[in-house]
Amino acid sequence: MNLRALLLASAVSGTLFSVGAQAADMTIGFSQIGSESGWRAAETTVSKAEAKKRNINFKIADAQQKQENQIKAIRSFVAQGVDAIFLAPVVATGWDSVLKEAKEAKIPVVLLDRDIDPAGKDLYLTAVTSDSVHEGKVAGEWLVKTAAGKPCNVVELQGTVGASVATNRKKGFEDGIAGASNVKIVRSQTGDFTRAKGKEVMESFIKAEGGGKNICAVYAHNDDMMVGAIQAMKEAGLKPGTEVLTVSIDAVPDIFKAMAAGEANATVELTPNMAGPAFDAVIAFKEKGTVPPKWIQTESKLYTQADNPMAVYEAKKDLGY
Amino acid sequence: MALRLPRIGTSQIVALGLILVANWIVSPQFFDIRLQDGRLFGSLIDVFNRGAPVALLSIGMVLVIAMRGIDLSVGAVMAICGAIAASLADSHSLPVVLAAALGAGLLCGLWNGLLVAVLGIQPIVATLILMVAGRGIAQLITEGRIVTFTSPDLAFLGGGSVLGLPTPVVLTLGMMALTLLLVRGTALGLMIEATGGNPRASALAGIGTRLITVAVYMWSGLCAALAGIVASADILGADANNAGLWLELDAILAVVIGGTSLFGGRFSILLAVVGAFIIQAMNTGILLSGFPPETNLVVKAVVVLAVLLAQSPRLGGHLAGLGVLFKRSKSGGRRS
Repeated sequence: MNLRALLLASAVSGTLFSVGAQAADMTIGFSQIGSESGWRAAETTVSKAEAKKRNINFKIADAQQKQENQIKAIRSFVAQGVDAIFLAPVVATGWDSVLKEAKEAKIPVVLLDRDIDPAGKDLYLTAVTSDSVHEGKVAGEWLVKTAAGKPCNVVELQGTVGASVATNRKKGFEDGIAGASNVKIVRSQTGDFTRAKGKEVMESFIKAEGGGKNICAVYAHNDDMMVGAIQAMKEAGLKPGTEVLTVSIDAVPDIFKAMAAGEANATVELTPNMAGPAFDAVIAFKEKGTVPPKWIQTESKLYTQADNPMAVYEAKKDLGY
Repeated sequence: MALRLPRIGTSQIVALGLILVANWIVSPQFFDIRLQDGRLFGSLIDVFNRGAPVALLSIGMVLVIAMRGIDLSVGAVMAICGAIAASLADSHSLPVVLAAALGAGLLCGLWNGLLVAVLGIQPIVATLILMVAGRGIAQLITEGRIVTFTSPDLAFLGGGSVLGLPTPVVLTLGMMALTLLLVRGTALGLMIEATGGNPRASALAGIGTRLITVAVYMWSGLCAALAGIVASADILGADANNAGLWLELDAILAVVIGGTSLFGGRFSILLAVVGAFIIQAMNTGILLSGFPPETNLVVKAVVVLAVLLAQSPRLGGHLAGLGVLFKRSKSGGRRS
């Protein structure tokens, strides 16, 4: 079957390219969304590395943000008779028929990073995703611990209004600080997940809060906004990292640079390694018949200045972020 | 240089004033200004500093619109030129970086101009091509990531100051003065207005309408390039996905608020820039107010509607006829 897969793989090499050792004992196809963000690029890089570690023949199809391309890719993986299919769905709905085809061919499908419409739960083996409510909660709990009972006014830089990640990270943070009456959010505005808007919004927060004297901490829904906010604070003569605490989410390389410089305090990682746990689940399922839970939650690891940020930066900077 | 300000600019100046006063009401420290590291620091300064990119875009856009054209590509051109500037900043000297980025802007404008003037493609379609493709080009330059730089020379253009004024504001004023000099100091402005009013008649009258069209799109590209450089210099990096995103619409809005008709003809560069600052004053006010972010766009829409209604000659006439207390009839002033 492996030979057949390889032959077919070369036949469709216009859209697919294979990674990994030729002597792989398992072939897995991955329908990746495309290069929508730096995190996505890092996910692709890490997935390839994880496949190599396990000696898996790994094929990635780049869907260029189009569902129809993903459906085509899944069909071609089914035709090749791969051992499993990974799917990072670009949208939540419209997967029923193509996932049924995979099911009929007895090829397990694992969802990465995003879930699909609940109606399709029996159509896939498991979903490996991060819990963005939990990410916010980790950030909130860190702040409560760091504030150590002292009164702390927080300003919040939200993600794009209406984006589920933004709503969840907001809710999680509020849950995290719920028990601490000393920590409260005094201002909250959207920075659209971008550096430029993060900087602009932080500039007005600083002015609205007495030149920043009333701000004890900044919480940003992603690191990019925090990088902008740190610039705004520096330009206003504040000292982020010491005078003003910072906590954000994603763990992109640039925030580690800021942490190494003592200008940022903490970040919660949205790990780009979704494929690793997925590979393990598929291998266990194929070899021992272990059915994984429907949802495998990835770790939301907290990084602070104590975690040797420069080393993390060096490790992350070439992943494609 | 006939600025024609006092007679036709009343409604815009009043609108800007009212919004600034509203900002002062929601945030009493709005007019507080102090020096921070040799740079003026305060919310009012933020309005002009943050408004600079859109103001720069509107300087080019107002000329394009005066010719009955439109340039949807300026946001994407910002992204391209910002990406070029950030990629070169750490390895080349500032003049080289600026020449490359501004040159790219001129090239983008040349492309638009040729499509419109030589191939006769509708401006909205012609510039839509670069609007879509341009962001892709910018992403190719940055390889899809945020390219950061440390060059203090380029950073100065975003975060530095000249005599206390933030550099982006100085650049905007400089660009505005240069454009006014070129357009109002010579017959060029008249030719642009003539081309916008009636291209055929203008051509028959001996105006090189094609050349003027291409030149005006190139000027718009140049302004967008400068705006892109400022945006990159501000965040010390090029964010190809987000730099200048939807700013073409803000620039068009600024021009329209400035009283220039989308059907071409008479235009005012100064009022387009005032329009850009009206938009930014509103944005800054919303940020200072502490309203929940879900209301941002609604507040913005209501204020824009009010500003545009204030300029409507017909509404002004009605109000005057009804003897309403509002002195808006004056603001319909373009009739006079």
